[in-house]
Amino acid sequence: MTKIELTVDGAAVSDDVEPRMLLVQYLREKLGKTGTVIGCDTSNCGACTVHLDGTSVKSCNVLAVQANGRTVTTIEGLADTAEGELHPVQESFRECHGLQCGFCTPGMIMQAVDLLGENPNPTEEEVRLGMEGNLCRCTGYHNIVKSVLHAAEGAKA
Amino acid sequence: MIPVQFDYLAPASVEEALSALGQHGDDAKILAGGQSLLPVLRMRLNAPEVVIDLGGIASLRGIRDDGDAIVIGAMTTHHDVRDHALVKEHALLLSKAAAEVADSQIRHRGTFGGALAHADPAGDLGAPALALGAQFVIAGAGGTRTVEASDFFVDLFETAIGEDEILTEVRIPKHTGWGAHYEKFVRVAHQWPIVAIAATVKGSIDEARVGLTNMGSTPLRATATEQALTGATATEDGVRAAAELAAEGTNPPSDLNGAADYRQHLARVLTGRAVLKAAGV
Repeated sequence: MTKIELTVDGAAVSDDVEPRMLLVQYLREKLGKTGTVIGCDTSNCGACTVHLDGTSVKSCNVLAVQANGRTVTTIEGLADTAEGELHPVQESFRECHGLQCGFCTPGMIMQAVDLLGENPNPTEEEVRLGMEGNLCRCTGYHNIVKSVLHAAEGAKA
Repeated sequence: MIPVQFDYLAPASVEEALSALGQHGDDAKILAGGQSLLPVLRMRLNAPEVVIDLGGIASLRGIRDDGDAIVIGAMTTHHDVRDHALVKEHALLLSKAAAEVADSQIRHRGTFGGALAHADPAGDLGAPALALGAQFVIAGAGGTRTVEASDFFVDLFETAIGEDEILTEVRIPKHTGWGAHYEKFVRVAHQWPIVAIAATVKGSIDEARVGLTNMGSTPLRATATEQALTGATATEDGVRAAAELAAEGTNPPSDLNGAADYRQHLARVLTGRAVLKAAGV
C-alpha cells in the first residue's frame, strides 16, 4: 500500500491505496464520487474525465498514486456556488439539451470546461476538435456542441 | 480492468531512478505520463513487478534554449510542446505534430520523451524528431550519452535506450523560420495514423525534410523526395513530382486499416499535401 494525500473537490483527503488502483476507482469506490463514470475503460471514451491540477485527464488512465499531492476536481465539485446551483456549463447543457442518455455527460462537461478555459471563444470546428476525446454513444453530438457554444456565448454576456 | 499488483517507486531525482532501475532490472518498468503504459498494464499485456514513476522529477520537465538547439525535457507533456514559444519559433514541425497526438486529455498527461521511448511506429512524434535530426540524451549509471535520431529508433517498440538507462532530454537543432505541416491520415478521430507525413521546409524551397509515420517498423525519412525538393521552386506540379518518390525504400505493414501498397499510395499523396502546406503553397 502507498499513502496518498490530495485535494478532491475542495476537501483534503488521505488514504492508503494499492499502487495499481486507478484514479477513477479511487474517486468512485473510496470517496463515493460516482458522478464520475467509467465508460469504455480503455482510455477512449472520455466519460471519466476529471481535472488534475486544473487540466482535463482521463481518470481511468491515471493511477491514484500519480495524483498524490495534487488537486482533483470532479463533476461533483465543479459548481462552487450554493447547493442546487449549477456551473454555467452544466446549465448550458441543460438549456440546450446536450444529452440523451446522459452517461457521457459528466466527461463532456469536464472537457468542455477545460476547452473553454483555454479558448473562451471557440468556433464550432474548434469545439468538435477539442471534444474529440469524448464519445457519445447516443451520437447526440449536435446538441453537445451547441451547449458548449452556448456556454461560450453566456460567458461573454 | 485493473493491472496486476506491482510495487510503486517515485524517485525524486534521475540518480535515484537509475539506482532503482539498476536494482530491479528486467522486473521494472518506467512510468512517464502513462498514456501508453497504463492501457498495456490494464489489459495485462505486461506485468512488471515494479513501476518507477518519473512524475516527481522536476528537472525532466521544461523546454530551454541552448544556442543552436532547443532542449525538451523528456517529461514535458505534448500539450506544453505544442504551445511553447521556443518550439513554435525553432521547431514548428514538432508543435504541429504534438497537436495531433491522440486527444486533449491524453496530451495533458502524455509526455514527449515517453512517447519517443515507447517507439510505437504509429506514434506521431518519431517522424518529426527524425526529420529535424533530434539528438537523444540518455542517462545511465556511467553518465550520459547522446544518440542521433538515425540511430535511436531500432525496431518496433525498440530504441537505443538500454534496460538500465533513462531518456532525460531531447535536443532539437534549430530550424528557425522553417515552414511545417504534419499531415495525418486516420479512419477514426483521435486514433493512431494509418500513415502520416511530417514535412518542414526552408524558404520555398531551399531545403526540405520529410519524415514518414507508420511506413515501416521505425520512423523513416523520404530522402529521395528531400533531394528532389532541394533547390526546387515550390510549385504544385514540382512538389507532387517529388512526392511521387516518397515511398521509395519503404516496407510498410499490411493490416485491417490498409495493405502495404495502399500505404505507399497514401505516402505519395500525403507527402504532396504536407510539403505544399509547409511551403505555404
